[in-house]
Amino acid sequence: MEGLNLIAAGLACVAMAGAGIGVGTIFGNYLQAAIRNPSAAQAQFGNLIFGFAVTEALGIFGFAIALILIYAPPG
Amino acid sequence: MLQVATDPMHQFQVTRLFDLHIGGVDISFTNSALFMVIGVLLIIGFFAWALSRPQTVPSRKQSLAEIWYGFVAGIVKDVNHEDGKPFVPLVFTIFSFIFVANMLGMLPNAFTSTSHIVVTGTMAIFTFLLVVVIGVWKNGFKFLKVFVPSGVPWYILWFVVIIEIFSFLSRPLSLGMRLFANMLGGHVALKVFAGFVPQLILGLGFIGGAMATVLVMPLVIGVTALELLVAFLQAYVFAILTCVYLNDALHPGGH
Repeated sequence: MEGLNLIAAGLACVAMAGAGIGVGTIFGNYLQAAIRNPSAAQAQFGNLIFGFAVTEALGIFGFAIALILIYAPPG
Repeated sequence: MLQVATDPMHQFQVTRLFDLHIGGVDISFTNSALFMVIGVLLIIGFFAWALSRPQTVPSRKQSLAEIWYGFVAGIVKDVNHEDGKPFVPLVFTIFSFIFVANMLGMLPNAFTSTSHIVVTGTMAIFTFLLVVVIGVWKNGFKFLKVFVPSGVPWYILWFVVIIEIFSFLSRPLSLGMRLFANMLGGHVALKVFAGFVPQLILGLGFIGGAMATVLVMPLVIGVTALELLVAFLQAYVFAILTCVYLNDALHPGGH
């Protein structure tokens, strides 16, 4: 059981791949838009960070599950 | 010796500086508390020093304090517009505390109090409860509109409401976990990369290790620079999310 929990914790880190794709998409699109229209870029910086934070939260939920599986395994 | 030097989790050990038990509750003064107190004293001391003799045309130290305050006031103004004015001191306090705590943690041998979920979770729960209290106080039952976004067709609305309820309830979790996970992960990575140096010296002898260290050093400097960026960015993210959540409390259903 101990080993299975560790494998599950490793699998939970797959969530970080999704968060990586999402964060990359957000910053990539922001950069693309900012190069097309640099004068509008500064006004959208807050939105950029907000979208980044919300996307990153999903990766962090995966990390939280991994921590739970390692330090407080169910059963 | 090597165990302490290379164990990446050792830096997160909370130790009692002196014992203090009142009524069976352990409120010992720990190194975590010490660094939080240092951070708060640094902020108060800096602003007392910088604004000791305020002038219309600011001096250098006064400009620094004004840029710092103006930066946070700018965040609140961007997100909450005029309604956010009463909350500028709150957001400023949260931002400054997290920023200084993160930066103190970057010093060698210092303790990062924001790398513990007790600290970040408390701040996140405080922010969450504040939003609920302000929302109910300002809007009464209309605060429930926060779960019902405007302009959604009725046949999909019930599903959106369920998602909104879950996303609202997961806010304190994600807010606290984000700061904690970023500081923990960053410092572990920093320590692992720095731990290459003693391991290389042990493995290759002093001369070989010193030569290999030259290769490792740019990497460590790069990770440290990235950590400094993250330390600022996480304080900024916490502040901006506090503003966004406060906006929900002031104008429920308006997103």
